[in-house]
Amino acid sequence: MTALDTRPERPETRLSKPRLPQWAPLLVLAVAAALGALAWLIGANTALSVLVAVVAYLVVMPVWSGVVESRRAAIDRLATGLVWSAFLVALVPLVWLIVTVVSNGISTINPEFLTYDMRGVLGNEQGGLYHALIGTLLITGLAALISVPVGILAAVYLVEYGAKSRMARILTFLVDVMTGIPSIVAGLFALSLFVLIFGPAVRLGFGGSVALSLLMIPTVVRSTEEMLRLVPDDLREASYALGVPKWRTILKVVVPTCVGGIVTGVVLAISRVIGETAPLLVVAGFTSSVNMNPFDGRMMTLPVFIYTQYTASTAQGLSYAWGGALVLIVIVMALNIVARIIGKIFAPKTGR
Amino acid sequence: MTSTATRPDPRPEAEPDAKPPLALGDRVFKALSVGSGALIMVALAGVFIFLALEGYPGLSVDEDFYNPATTFLGYAGPLLFGTVLAAVIALVIAVPFAIGIALFISHYAPRRLAVPVAYLIDLLAAVPSVVFGLWGGRELAQHIGGASVWLEEHLGFIPLFAGPAAKSGSTMLTAAVVLAIMILPITTAICREVFAQTPRLHEEAALALGATRWEMIRTAVFPYARSGMVSAVMLGLGRALGETMAVAMILSASPVVTLNIISGQSPATIASNIASNYKEASPDGQAVLIATGLVLFAFTFGVNFLARYLAGRGQRRMAR
Amino acid sequence: MAKSIDVSDLDIYYGSFKAVEGVNMTIRARAVTAFIGPSGCGKSTFLRSLNRMHEVIPGARVEGKVVVDGQSLYDPSVDPVAVRRQIGMVFQRPNPFPTMSIYDNVLAGNRLNSKRMKKSEADTIVEKSLKGANLWNEVKDRLGKPGMGLSGGQQQRLCIARAIAVEPQVLLMDEPCSALDPISTSAIEDLIHELKSDYTIVIVTHNMQQAARVSDDTGFFNLKATGEPGHLVEFNATKKMFSSPDESSTEAYISGRFG
Repeated sequence: MTALDTRPERPETRLSKPRLPQWAPLLVLAVAAALGALAWLIGANTALSVLVAVVAYLVVMPVWSGVVESRRAAIDRLATGLVWSAFLVALVPLVWLIVTVVSNGISTINPEFLTYDMRGVLGNEQGGLYHALIGTLLITGLAALISVPVGILAAVYLVEYGAKSRMARILTFLVDVMTGIPSIVAGLFALSLFVLIFGPAVRLGFGGSVALSLLMIPTVVRSTEEMLRLVPDDLREASYALGVPKWRTILKVVVPTCVGGIVTGVVLAISRVIGETAPLLVVAGFTSSVNMNPFDGRMMTLPVFIYTQYTASTAQGLSYAWGGALVLIVIVMALNIVARIIGKIFAPKTGR
Repeated sequence: MTSTATRPDPRPEAEPDAKPPLALGDRVFKALSVGSGALIMVALAGVFIFLALEGYPGLSVDEDFYNPATTFLGYAGPLLFGTVLAAVIALVIAVPFAIGIALFISHYAPRRLAVPVAYLIDLLAAVPSVVFGLWGGRELAQHIGGASVWLEEHLGFIPLFAGPAAKSGSTMLTAAVVLAIMILPITTAICREVFAQTPRLHEEAALALGATRWEMIRTAVFPYARSGMVSAVMLGLGRALGETMAVAMILSASPVVTLNIISGQSPATIASNIASNYKEASPDGQAVLIATGLVLFAFTFGVNFLARYLAGRGQRRMAR
Repeated sequence: MAKSIDVSDLDIYYGSFKAVEGVNMTIRARAVTAFIGPSGCGKSTFLRSLNRMHEVIPGARVEGKVVVDGQSLYDPSVDPVAVRRQIGMVFQRPNPFPTMSIYDNVLAGNRLNSKRMKKSEADTIVEKSLKGANLWNEVKDRLGKPGMGLSGGQQQRLCIARAIAVEPQVLLMDEPCSALDPISTSAIEDLIHELKSDYTIVIVTHNMQQAARVSDDTGFFNLKATGEPGHLVEFNATKKMFSSPDESSTEAYISGRFG
């Protein structure tokens, strides 16, 4: 760029350029909020008022910046504003959903609701979701029983034995693809399998477990694999050098080192599938009474309970649906929190 | 040129005991883990095989089962259309937010905020789909119904909003919004990961050239993350295509092909159609539904395959 | 219990890449043998081939013979796991098992091989090994604490204690002091002096002064040229090596006239 040299003066060399004060975004935010409030006062609904405030901020901030600072700074401020609003808007459904479920569900929850089933419940008699709770626990428990050993062993294969072999690469890829299997397809698979064995009208809880396993295994494999890879090779070598065979090294040194992470992954995987509805609807069916035997007959689960009560479209059914949703969310969140706590407890030791 | 210095040395006592190269424990454990890996492959193949076995008769059953169409294609066509329409609209809504939130977590949020925000978004993924359906059908639908009326009045010239608006909100638009919320976490999580992996050096290079934060993101972060973002979007698409309950609980479906997303007449998706019709299905009807399930599986498999392939290719490119 | 090692015509490969070529030497029992040489010349690779640790890396293999006490290590009937029980190893970076206490770390070799032992027997082994590693006095009051809580030098001595707890014939050390400070280094060097009355010790070091201080014999490895495999240039008594080596390139390396 020879042109540069001919320029008499280069204003860019000045270091201090006009800048908006640090409190500028806050001021604009306040103004935008005020505009939103004004819109609300003259009759707009809440959503619209929030929209007004957001748009106001996104317009005023860049314009002000463009006038005082520069075009580039204005674009930067616009991007910042957009990113922040994306985050804030995304919080809306989460909060909204939780508030709705809690406020609608809390009135339904009582000891009877949790300990009664729906057998022979007519009209406004008190029923409950006990049968669904039992079903969910049994089916998910069985699914975990299948997926955890298979998933962990497959991850061990990928990390410890497969290394870069062809089969390992294919398996990694298939596991990745498998995480995207629609849950209803998993249900149809389990159904097809059991229909081939037992005939067309078959519905049983164990089928649900098979379907859930199909959804759960890839998550377990991925999280376990990740954890195993975090274990430094130093430790494996130290163990080999003591003359310890490979399988004992894996069981006694590698797995214990990352057991916290593995358990966290398993618990999170359980929390993912415990809320699955579609496959259970298809293969486990629904019933109104307690069935303790997952290998015989229909079995109710919590998500399916919510769905059937919802489709019943009665006031009673709807309140049961909300109550069931609250129970389900509490279970899922509890599992999530348990997973984080386990992760925390084991984290420092595996740290380094 | 190797010089050797050998020294005489007395060789004392016992021999190390000779053992077979792989001990029993090792062989058993290796067999178990290889077997588990193989089992997963077999299971995936099984999905294809069993769906094909049970679904094949569904391609040619009595015409009544395809009502109002007369062939399987005529039956599955509108469903596939509905599936893709819902998923694409959901993507259009979700992707900008996902990228925004991912950037927020990786580059904009104060440290103290980034971790809890990431956790909150993951929490959204933990909400069961049936609860999303309940909330979408009972709570969100009313508000979207209201908004639909406004959309019809003011934007009615766009085919998407042609109306007549369904006040109940049991529409494609509501379903798509809920789907968007449901695919937000996975799309965000993957974008966040690839954004965070941008080499610090690239970012600092951009900043050192006097770039603003946004310019740094455009010149250093986005080019690096492009293939990761594409695969995040594809994975979100895969999720949206297969999501069942939320759609089944929101949509009042009819076998039509229309772009109109705010009217009470919207096509069902394959998944939601299976869920809503499963109860009353006879063996033949069941076969038809399984056949549509196979179509869905093949379709999502393709999308996911492509997503992973693109992601893998991107990683290899970056590794170089 | 110490043994000597005879190496003849040893070639070491990583896949198709030949890393070390044509090594012949005899490592004496109850003596310290040091390997020196520039980085990447294959001395660590060679060391790892002495207890079949290099096989841990996929694609790595060996041609030639390593004979310990009349037994060829690479005979098809030989279990690498058994070899490693006889020939212990200490690594560059201290690597105690993070999930285990100091006590359990020392016993790891015995425990992991599922050897049943009485508490008193275990206590004896722990005390003996830790004393052997000059660590006993520093840790005897906190044997139940995690091994990761020790300083770097202590961790390395813990790893040595762990290695000698299984009573190997030979102790291989791969730059055991490179991650340590000078004081810890001198503690480990003192320890090597003491251990040599019971063990055959082979040590790789990048530090020539260290080789001169601790070893009886020294082997000098070098690359013929970049991209070529490493080879053993000279193997001699340490005293001779550092005063009047047979090879001119050894002298050049030792006196520092070398890249």
